[in-house]
Amino acid sequence: MKPIDLVRFAAGAIIAHPMRSALTSLGVVIGVAAVVMMTSIGLGAQQMVTSAIDGLGSNLLIVTPGASRGPGGGFVSQGAGTGQSLSDDDASAIGAQIENVAAVAPTVRGGAQLSADGANWNSRVEGVTPDYLLARDLTIESGRMFDDREARQGRKVAVIGKTVATELFGEADPVGRRLRVGTVPFEIVGVLASKGQSGFGQDQDDIVLGPLQAVRSRIVGRRVRGDNVQTIFIKAATSDDLDRVQEDVINLMRERHRIRPGGEDDFNVQNMASIMAAMTASIKTFTGLLAAVAAVSLLVGGIGIMNIMLVAVTERTREIGLRMAVGAQRSWVLYQFALEAVVLSFAGGVIGLLLGVGGAFLMAALAGWPMAIASWAAPVALGFSMLVGLVFGAYPAWRAAQLDPIEALRRE
Amino acid sequence: MIEFEDLEKTYVMGDEIVRALAGVSLRIERGESVAVIGPSGSGKSSLMNILGGLDRPTSGRYLFEDEDVSRFDDNQLASFRNRRIGFVFQSFQLLPRLSALENVELPMVYAGIPRDERRDRAEVLLERVGLGNRMGHRPTQMSGGQQQRVAIARSLANQPDLLLADEPTGALDSQTGQDVLTLFKSLNAEGLTLVIVTHDLEVAAETRRRVSFRDGLIVSNDQRSGS
Repeated sequence: MKPIDLVRFAAGAIIAHPMRSALTSLGVVIGVAAVVMMTSIGLGAQQMVTSAIDGLGSNLLIVTPGASRGPGGGFVSQGAGTGQSLSDDDASAIGAQIENVAAVAPTVRGGAQLSADGANWNSRVEGVTPDYLLARDLTIESGRMFDDREARQGRKVAVIGKTVATELFGEADPVGRRLRVGTVPFEIVGVLASKGQSGFGQDQDDIVLGPLQAVRSRIVGRRVRGDNVQTIFIKAATSDDLDRVQEDVINLMRERHRIRPGGEDDFNVQNMASIMAAMTASIKTFTGLLAAVAAVSLLVGGIGIMNIMLVAVTERTREIGLRMAVGAQRSWVLYQFALEAVVLSFAGGVIGLLLGVGGAFLMAALAGWPMAIASWAAPVALGFSMLVGLVFGAYPAWRAAQLDPIEALRRE
Repeated sequence: MIEFEDLEKTYVMGDEIVRALAGVSLRIERGESVAVIGPSGSGKSSLMNILGGLDRPTSGRYLFEDEDVSRFDDNQLASFRNRRIGFVFQSFQLLPRLSALENVELPMVYAGIPRDERRDRAEVLLERVGLGNRMGHRPTQMSGGQQQRVAIARSLANQPDLLLADEPTGALDSQTGQDVLTLFKSLNAEGLTLVIVTHDLEVAAETRRRVSFRDGLIVSNDQRSGS
C-alpha cells in the first residue's frame, strides 16, 4: 500500500470523532502550552534582570556604607546609602592606588522640588563628579557636562535628564536656562541622552546632576556630614578586571577604615556582574523547575492518548479484522494506529505551541516584561509532541497488529 | 485449482484438544461452484478460514494453483487474501465510517492501486451489483441486501480467483437472499470459482456441488449434473 493512504486512514479516523480527537489531544495541548509559556516567562525574567543591571553601567562596582546583608539584601541597600563611612578621600584613594580602574565616581543624592519658568517638578538630585557619566555609561545629548574646575569653584551648574527637561521646559531647549533646586538657583549646562525606564521600573531620565560639593552642602544638607559620600561607583577597565578590582577595593577600604583582621566591613562592595550571574542562575533553575512540572502534564497527555488509542483498538476490533481479511499486513495496521496517535499528538503540539506563544505574549504584556520565546521552543515542542505520540501510540498499535483476524471478525 | 491433502486442524481449548479438521482431502477446479455444508462444529468454518488464508492448517498441505499456501508467512497470507480471495461475510463487515465506494476501494488500497484507478474500478463494480445510485451512501443508510451487494462488489475489487462466502444470506430475508444468490450464480457463470459455506440447504441447492462435513470429516461429496 502507499504511505499517503495510511495518512488518509489516520486522518479519516480522527475526523470521524472530532470531539473525542480534540479531547484526546487536549492533554498534549496543555502540556506543550505550559512548557512554552514557562520557559518564555523564565527567559523574559532573565532578560529583564540583565537589562536592569546593564542599565546601571557596565563593569561596575558599587561601594556603599554598611555591612553586607547577603546578595539580596545588599542589592536593595544600594538605594538607602544613609551610612556615614565613605568619604571623598576614600574615592580619591581608590582612583589613585588601584590599577585597572576606568572611573571612580563618589555621589550623594536627595530629592528636591524643582522650579523653572513657573513650572514645578519633583525629582532626584545627585551630587556627582564629571567621571560619573563614564562610570554609569551616560551621555550628554545637548550642552555639556560640568568640569572639575567648576565643581571645585562651587559653581551651581546642573545637567538634567530628559524627563525633567520635558516637564519643566516642554519642547524648548533648557541649556543656559535657570533652574531652582529647592531654594538654590542652578544654571543648566547640559541635557542627558535618554536611558528610558530601568529594568526596576524607575524612570532613569527623571534626574538632576549637580557638582558633588554644591549638592552635598546646599541640597542634601544635614543627612550627609562633612566630606562623606553615600555611594562610590567604580568602573573597572574591562570585565576581566572586575573581580581583581573588587578585591583591591575591599583591602584598601579595610586598611583605610582601620578594620582589624576578622573584623566586619563597615562598607559593602557589590559586583554587578556577579549579582547578575547569581540572579540569572537562580532564574534558570526556577525556569527549569517550572518547565519540568509542565513537562509532567505533557507526559499525562501522552498517557491520555494511549488510553484513548487502547479504547479505539478495542472498539474497532472488527474493522481491524476486516482490514486484515482484505489484505492489510500486520505492519500496515500497526502503522495506521501509530500514525493516528502521532497525528493527534502532533496536532496537539501545534495548537499548544500557538496557545503557549499567545499566553507568553499576554503575560509579557500584563507584567510589562520583555517578550521572549526561546528559539528552541517551537522545534522542541513539536518534536516532543511527535515523540509522545510515537511512544504512547506504539503499544496500542502493536496490540492492534497482533489481533487474530478470525477472532477480530467474530467480535461484536 | 485448489487441492487439500490430508488437512488437519487442532485447537487447544483449556485442557482439551479439539480436532476441527481430522484429515480432509478435497479438490476444487477453476469455475466450480461448491457449497460446504454441515452443522455448527462440523469443521466447515475451520475449512473456510484455511481456504481463505486467514488461518494455517496444523498438518497437511493446501495447494492453490500449485503454491503451498500452508507454508506462507503472515505477509504472504495477507497478500494472498488481498489478490486471490474475495470474502463475503454473513454480517457484511463493511466499515461504517466509509461510503459504499470507499468500502469497495479498500482491498485495492492494500494492493497499492492508485487512487483514480481504484475509484473508477469501484464505480464499475458498484454498477455491476446494481448500486450505481448509492455510491456515496454509508452502510447505515442502506438495507441489508444493499450492504451485502456492496460487500460483494468489494470482494471482486482485486479480481480474485476464488469468491468465498460465509452464510451470505444468513442476515437477509428470503427475497433479498435470493437476489444475492442470483448475483453469485451469474458471477460463477462468468467463470469465477465460488465456495459458499452454509448450513442452509436451500442455499446449498443453488450450487452444482455439495460437500458435507461432520466431526471434522467429509461425509459426502456429490456432484449434480446440469443445474
